[in-house]
Order: sequence, then structure tokens, then C-alpha cells
Amino acid sequence: MSDMDSAPLTDRRMIKGDAIFKGVILALAGSILLILLIMMFEMVKESLPAIKKFGGRFLLGREWDAVQGEFGALDFLYGSVVSAVLAILLATPLSVGAALFITDIAPRKVGNVIAPIIELLAAIPSVIYGLWGVLVMAPWLQQSVQPWLIEHFGFLPFFQGAPYGVSMMAAVFILMIMIIPIITSITKEVLLAVPVSQKEAAYALGATRWEMVRMALIPYARSGVLGAVILGLGRAIGETMAVTMVIGNTPQISLSLLAPAYTMPSVIANEFAETTSKLHASALMEVGLILLVVTLIINIMARLLIWSVTRGDTGARA
Amino acid sequence: MSTYDFRRRLVNNLMTILLVGAALAVMAPLGIIFFHILKMGAGSLSLDFFTQIPKPTGESGGGMANGLAGSAIMIALASCFGLPVGILGAVYLNEFGNNRFATAVRFSADVLAGIPSIITGMVAYTLLVVPMKGFSALAGAVALALIMIPIVLRTTEEQLKMVPGTLREASLALGVPFWRTSLKVTLVSARAGITTGILLSIARISGETAPLLFTALGNQFWSKKLNEPMAAIPLQIFNFAIAPYDDWHRLAWAGALVLVVIMFTLNLTARYFGRSRQ
Repeated sequence: MSDMDSAPLTDRRMIKGDAIFKGVILALAGSILLILLIMMFEMVKESLPAIKKFGGRFLLGREWDAVQGEFGALDFLYGSVVSAVLAILLATPLSVGAALFITDIAPRKVGNVIAPIIELLAAIPSVIYGLWGVLVMAPWLQQSVQPWLIEHFGFLPFFQGAPYGVSMMAAVFILMIMIIPIITSITKEVLLAVPVSQKEAAYALGATRWEMVRMALIPYARSGVLGAVILGLGRAIGETMAVTMVIGNTPQISLSLLAPAYTMPSVIANEFAETTSKLHASALMEVGLILLVVTLIINIMARLLIWSVTRGDTGARA
Repeated sequence: MSTYDFRRRLVNNLMTILLVGAALAVMAPLGIIFFHILKMGAGSLSLDFFTQIPKPTGESGGGMANGLAGSAIMIALASCFGLPVGILGAVYLNEFGNNRFATAVRFSADVLAGIPSIITGMVAYTLLVVPMKGFSALAGAVALALIMIPIVLRTTEEQLKMVPGTLREASLALGVPFWRTSLKVTLVSARAGITTGILLSIARISGETAPLLFTALGNQFWSKKLNEPMAAIPLQIFNFAIAPYDDWHRLAWAGALVLVVIMFTLNLTARYFGRSRQ
């Protein structure tokens, strides 16, 4: 009887092993979905006291007073949006230009050297950019750039006040430097995904190189480049360490780029470890929730746009 | 040559110059930063950096030995949590990935990858630091694991996709159970590419600062337990950079150099593995 039963027994054991294995990997894959849901749930739950207490006042209020228990996040929203948008405006033309240089102008050997270097630079931690920003760039801005701007352009509202070094301007510059590698390398991928036939067709019609770029390359890659830019915007808005180190951490709304400011991630970084009350913690959580919602919308938009050009997966690294 | 052609050529040359200029403008600040890290870091690095803990303010010298150890411990712990989830989750996506649930998992991973790391830190704080009544290395490691998982998941899945189906079928046809085929044939065939993903994810978390701010918190001294605050290199760079002491600034530069060397080594090794696969 042992001969009769042994085969089914092995089979059963096999099937059992497979069932366990399937169960385990299903649970692990599912845990990723669960992690995201828990993160969202926790952020909302912890924000509720502040949401209930302040409502819409939270977004428009400018008072941030932990002692009085009055919280409004407008100054941080302003700081985040202005620093990120200005950084994007400066970084986009440079990044797209550099990507075009790598794909279509530089000799292949040069491009093959520059592209990996730029990708490597995208991997440098933000705290190191911050270190350089606060110890090298901010003093340089304070001693050279800002006094010069005040002297020559001081009549403009953007360059008024004293040169502090740490300022909105410093944050914009450091963000620009940090997101350039990201936008450049994704734009490069998008440009490389443009079919060669499109370029050859333009050249065959007698186009110069720039005309080829303008008429064949850019129209085809436009939405992908836009995606890269929006992804850079998402990075810039969520960027914490480098900005916290150079923006001066002063809650105010000033037109002047020389004035210190404050962003949403920075206020969380500075205050969350030592909150004075439950309401204070909840208000910071709500700032985090706003940040989360904004970055989610931005990232989903960016991914759809990039995907529409490359039709492939840029993966979690992008 | 007609004036029209002349103008076209002029515009073409002008734009070429502008694009070269853009490339130079992109490389310049990055080159300057790199130069400063090398110069300041090399000038501040000494044997003490690897053996001593930070000295109190006012005393010169000291090092970041506790930060190096803390970073290593938390990265190892984060890998223990994050790698199984990322790698085996990817096995699931690769084997049973054509349903709504798998699409939802992939989408969640991409969303997770885009969440600012400071928010990951806040969630780890509410889930671990508050119930455990104190900042801890464990909470720091969990926050790092959450950042690691989506990177490992997506890169591993990409690599598993490239394993030929015939290889798996051959194994199954020989009567090897499905689970052994997955682990010993599919995963092992893709190991070079998977290693690349793992190394890149470790490189990424070794520089993360924001998620550690309210989890591991940092520590001026050695930490003996995982439920105590623990030092980490990026945290020390942050705290020392914003402090007003030259000695601490020197330590921060040395830390930055060490961190950059670690990151570049990990990235280049990852590239090497990634290349040998093709």
C-alpha cells in the first residue's frame, strides 16, 4: 500500500508547498497596497483635529502660533509654491538644452560620458546639497550676488531688503541645481524614444539641425518633456533637507527674493519632533497631508505624460 | 546663398551655441559642488573620523563613528524588512500580474515612490514612535524600508520579466514544484539585475535624512539598543552643518565626502551588475 500512496502524498506536499508560497507572495505584494492605504489613513486621521478646528481658515490663515494654538499655513504654502515654481522655470530650459546637447549635438562619445555623470549627480543626497548651500552658496550670495543686485536692481520689489544669504533666492538656486539632473535624464530618455524616421524625414526635407529639433523632435517629445518637468516640480515641492538649510525658515510672504521664507516640508522638519500640543502636531500633520495630496496629483500627472511618449515603464527610479 | 538660407544657418548656429551653453551651465554648479566636497572633505578627513564619536562643542577633533555604525545598522535592518517584501512582491507581480489587484499594487508602488520622504517619517512616527513612547532606531529602519520597497519591487519585476518563459517551463516540466522554480530558477536567473536594484535602493536610503528626523532622531553618543535614538551619517551632516561651529562644519564636510564615496561606489557597482546582465 505504501507504493500506491507515496505518489499522491508527494503531490499533495508539492501542492501544499505551492499554496503556501502563493499565499506568502500574495500577502507581501498586498502589503504594499496596504502600506499606501495605511499611510493615507494615518495622515488623514492625525490631521482631523486641525481640520475640524480650523477648516478652510487653515489654508488662508497666516498666524502660526503654537503657544496661542492658532495655525494657518498660507506662508508655508506660498514658500513651497514660489520656490518650486521659480526653480522649475530656471531649471527647465537648462535641462532640456542639456538633454538636446547629449542626444543630438555632442559627439556620441561625449554624450556617453556626460549622461551617466548627470545620472550619478541625481543620486547625491539632498543633505549634501544643503551642506554646500548653507556653507558655500549662501555666504557667496550674501557677500557678492545680493549686494550687487540691491545696488543695481534695488528699485525692483524682488531685490529689496538686506542681504541675508539664506533666503528664497538661495532655496530657488539649490532646488534648481538639484532637479536639473532629474529633468535632464528623463528628457534624454524621452528624446531618445523619438523614432529615428521622424528625424531623418526632417533632414531629408533639407532641415538644419535646429529645424529638425523644432519640427520633428520637440513636437513628438513635448508631452514627455512636460512630464519630466512636472516630475521635477513634484521633487522640488517635496524637497526637505536642502531647502530647510538655506531658506532661512521665517514664515512670511515677501515679494523680495532676498528675504527668508519657509516651506511646508521645512516647517515639518523643524517642528514635528518637538511639538508643544496635540493641536500643534495635528496642524503639522495637516501640512503634511496637503503636501501629500499635491505631490500625488503632480506625480500621477507626470507619469501619465512620460508614459504617453515612451510607452514603456520608467519604473520607480524615475 | 539667399538671405533666407543665411538666416536659417544663423539661427541653427545660434541655437547650437545656446544648447552647448545650457549643457555647460548644467555641469558647472554640479562640478563646483563636487569640487568643494572633495576639497573640504579630504582636508577634514582623518582616522579619528572613523573611530571617534563627536566631541562636545568647543573641543576640536572627534569623528562620526557612531553615525557610521548607526547608518549601517539601520540600513541592514531596513533591508531585512524591505527586501523580502520588494523581491517576493515582484515575484507575485511577475507570476500572477495580469489582474486588477496586481495593477493596484504596481500603482501603489509608483505612488509610494513619489511620496516625499518626510511624510514617510511622519507616518513611521505615528505608527511606531508614539506607541513605543520614544524615538528609536527601529522606527528609523521601518521608515527607510518604506522608501526601499517600491524601488526594489519595480526594478526586480523588470528583471524577472526578462527571464525567458521557456526556462521556467523546463523546470516545471521536470516536476520541480512551482515555488522552487520561482525561487531557484526565475529569481536566480535574474540575480544580476536584481542586485542592481538592491544596491540602488541601498544607495538611496543611505543618504536619506528627512525620514530619520522624527524616528531615529540622532544621538551624540553610541546607542546600545534598537529602541533608543540612534545616530546616522546624514542626520549628523545636517545637524553639524546648521550649527555655528567650524569644527562641526569640518566634520560635516568629511561626512559628506564619505557619504558621496559610498553612494558612488554603490551606484557604480550597480551599473556593473546591470551591464554584465546584457
